[in-house]
Amino acid sequence: MSEILSLSAAGAAKAVASGELDARELFETYRARAAADQLNAFVWVAEAVPPAVEGPLGGVPLAVKDLFCTEGVPSQSGSRILEGYRPPYTATVVERLAAQGAPLLGKTNQDEFAMGSSTENSAFGPVHNPWDRGRVPGGSSGGSAAAVAARLAPWALGTDTGGSIRQPAALCGIVGLKPTYGAVSRYGMIAFASSLDQAGPLTRDVTDAALLYSKMVGARDPRDSTSLDFPGAIELPVRADLAGVRIGVPAELSGEGIEPGVLEAFEATLELARTLGASVEPCALPHAPHALAAYYVLAPAEASSNLARFDGVRYGYRSSDADDLIGMYTRTRHDGFGAEVKRRIMLGTYALSSGYYDAYYGRAQRVRTKIAEDFSAGFERFDFIATPTAPGVAFELGAKTSDPLAMYLNDFCTVPMSLAGIPAISIPCGLAEPPGGGRALPVGFQLAGPAFSENVLLGAAFALEQALAFDGSVPDDA
Amino acid sequence: MSVELEPVIGLEIHVQLATATKMFCGCELGFGEPPNTRTCPVCIGLPGALPVVNARAIHFGLMIGLALGCELAPRSIFHRKNYFYPDLPKGYQISQYDEPLCRGGSLAGVRIHRVHLEEDAAKLIHIGSSGRIHGSQLSVVDFNRGGTPLVEIVTEPDLHSPAQAREWLELLRATLRALGVSDVNMDEGSLRADANVSLRPRGSTALGTKTELKNMNSFRFLERGVAAEIERQRAIIEAGAEVVQETLHFDPGSGAITSLRSKEEAQDYRYFPEPDLVPIATTDAMLEAARAAMPELPAARAERLERDLGLGAERAHQLAFRVELGDFYERALACGGADPVALANWVGGELVARTADGDPAASLVTPAALSALVAMVSGHSLSGTAAREVLDVLVAQGGDPETVAAERGLGALDDDTGLAAIVARVIAEDPAAAEKVRAGNPKAIGALVGPIMRETRGRADGAEVTRLIRDALGLEAIEGQAP
Repeated sequence: MSEILSLSAAGAAKAVASGELDARELFETYRARAAADQLNAFVWVAEAVPPAVEGPLGGVPLAVKDLFCTEGVPSQSGSRILEGYRPPYTATVVERLAAQGAPLLGKTNQDEFAMGSSTENSAFGPVHNPWDRGRVPGGSSGGSAAAVAARLAPWALGTDTGGSIRQPAALCGIVGLKPTYGAVSRYGMIAFASSLDQAGPLTRDVTDAALLYSKMVGARDPRDSTSLDFPGAIELPVRADLAGVRIGVPAELSGEGIEPGVLEAFEATLELARTLGASVEPCALPHAPHALAAYYVLAPAEASSNLARFDGVRYGYRSSDADDLIGMYTRTRHDGFGAEVKRRIMLGTYALSSGYYDAYYGRAQRVRTKIAEDFSAGFERFDFIATPTAPGVAFELGAKTSDPLAMYLNDFCTVPMSLAGIPAISIPCGLAEPPGGGRALPVGFQLAGPAFSENVLLGAAFALEQALAFDGSVPDDA
Repeated sequence: MSVELEPVIGLEIHVQLATATKMFCGCELGFGEPPNTRTCPVCIGLPGALPVVNARAIHFGLMIGLALGCELAPRSIFHRKNYFYPDLPKGYQISQYDEPLCRGGSLAGVRIHRVHLEEDAAKLIHIGSSGRIHGSQLSVVDFNRGGTPLVEIVTEPDLHSPAQAREWLELLRATLRALGVSDVNMDEGSLRADANVSLRPRGSTALGTKTELKNMNSFRFLERGVAAEIERQRAIIEAGAEVVQETLHFDPGSGAITSLRSKEEAQDYRYFPEPDLVPIATTDAMLEAARAAMPELPAARAERLERDLGLGAERAHQLAFRVELGDFYERALACGGADPVALANWVGGELVARTADGDPAASLVTPAALSALVAMVSGHSLSGTAAREVLDVLVAQGGDPETVAAERGLGALDDDTGLAAIVARVIAEDPAAAEKVRAGNPKAIGALVGPIMRETRGRADGAEVTRLIRDALGLEAIEGQAP
């Protein structure tokens, strides 16, 4: 069994294809581990091995973030307001992956409606980081990240709105890819912020990310008007060096506010890139420091509207403690939503209000345009832009729950790419001690490229990964 | 001392488009199907479902824009209009806001402000005595209608009387009907009108405080509702008080106007660009397709019927503005044989009088049958009276007029069928009248025609009877009269 667990997803797919490994045994091994989950990473686990589907993904089971709709299977987006909700249809991306041979292993815990950076905002309770169970796994795709890091799942699907794949990948020592906006269908993803949400892989290594991602993209989804044909196919990465690669490092995102241990690992990785043949130069992203402010107007604005459908009329939780329509709406939403979700609905509602729209939403959109222009200018000189993924390593459970602004700062380095709609990958680049001391924890290295540059981005990440030789196995006593 | 007050009226019209499917999903449109059978994750707002714009609805929107002489936007976008109500499953309506599909334009001198696309709400049914959501025992939602494509047409306040408002809306309805973009049925709600009403001193160009009268579901109610609101406002102003800006409901039963909400209660819809949709880029190909699909519009048709076929202005207007009549007329005309003016009078007069709502589709008479009937009258093989009797049968049962006339013995009597004998007998019975006719008094012939027509129960053709009388009295046929 431990032999199965030591295989990467791509390795397992290969073993299944060659007949060395039985797909049913593979599924059952992970199913049993997921069912015995001690991290609260899973909110639902498949009860039986599904019928075999032959395909390039080899029957390697997939953990899927709760917010993806899965037919007949609970899909609550981590919220009480969707209590008992089982969708009548499956999200396009989950359906595509299942058809390619990645059957649904289970649904993973997340921050409610993907709002959070620690997976503590979940109706199902917090997820524990497998590197240190007293710490958070990051978020909002914390369940998916923890499951992959703890080998409860070979690979997982998450979503990223402002960093929700990359930051938990960084905090759990795994790989996470946020795709180009529009590359992956959003149909069937319970929306947080429509203009930012993207599904992406959380995997043990870059090759697994490329393999899973290669089957997530392709022809655009006619059900998602914002989806696009992916130009060409995603190839499995083979690159061993970074000769001729130009990496830009924005001072705005790699200095102030970054933990020393994180900065040290980041700079060591840049040095390694140089030894692989890359040039590393400073790069200006002058508007990047305003990204977080713009994001916390735009994302809540869209969310306030996206979450209006949760009114107790048709599905999910409905308060019985009301005697008229307004009372039903109010009580249902009061009881059904958690504090962070309510905070963002209020923020967004305010930002869109008559008389405030231009000052908030309008201005935030202009900042968003400026940030995209900064990146465009940067990519004229550089192939990639590198930053630490998160400003710190995994923090202790509860450390930031009472300080929303401190929590929001976790996305400082990842939000600019989300606003620009460009792809970015986080790979583990080493371990660092947390500020207060203690066991060393994973650090993420973020590499971003222009829209639809996923192939070269995965190639460069692969070259770095090989040179870094990071050991992703979590300590036994964690 | 009292200042003459002028009503100022603008209309907001919602038109359900007759597309095959809904505005943002693939559900078929349907009326009268069992509740909630035309639904999918998109139109009931399930989590994760996304809208996709119906291309046909955009095509129809562009056709309406062309018909109203609007400026068609090269790029337009959808917005979300946010508010909570159980008939709105997403908590927002996808509509258009500051970048609509069409702007400007005019129809019959009334300027168009804008034309935009949006989706219809679902239907709420309230169980209980109140008939409203407040106080009802239970309210249920039927989502079949939810997501039906709507076009909203907003006019400038260029109308000045209830009758003018009604007439203009009838013209708009005829125009939309000619375009084939909607059933435009006010009873079924595929055409709905709101009116903005205000008063101002005649001669003033400033606008007074307006009220909005919601959802009048017939032309008559629109006219009555607007008239009632004008009177209400007039009374307020003449009493020295001020009209309050509010949204009103007109009850056609009682004639009462009640307030739905005041300006202070007006909702903040928090419009913002719909992030689930991409902008509509109107391509040359789309414009070309819309232009190619444009039929002749009512105003142009009326002009043509008058100019080319010699119809009177009123008849031409009637046939042109009631598309179903005009189409029936032109199909009948195409069958050949009938005089255009006579046929127009039969379609616009006799046929309309015999059908519910004046819609030929509500009868069994075919254009070909009516054309043949009119030709028989013109050819004197059927009298006008008999033809009306034949039309009764055609409307109720269908068939062809010759067979119907023959079966009922309604064919015109002529010499061969004994008409000459009747003429001779009547002349013999009234020698005085015969003498007057012989002496050249043209009016005297009526005294002979009348009894003959009575005797033949209208089957005889008037012209033929006249000819036979003159023949019998040894007079020349009158020039210009049918032989």
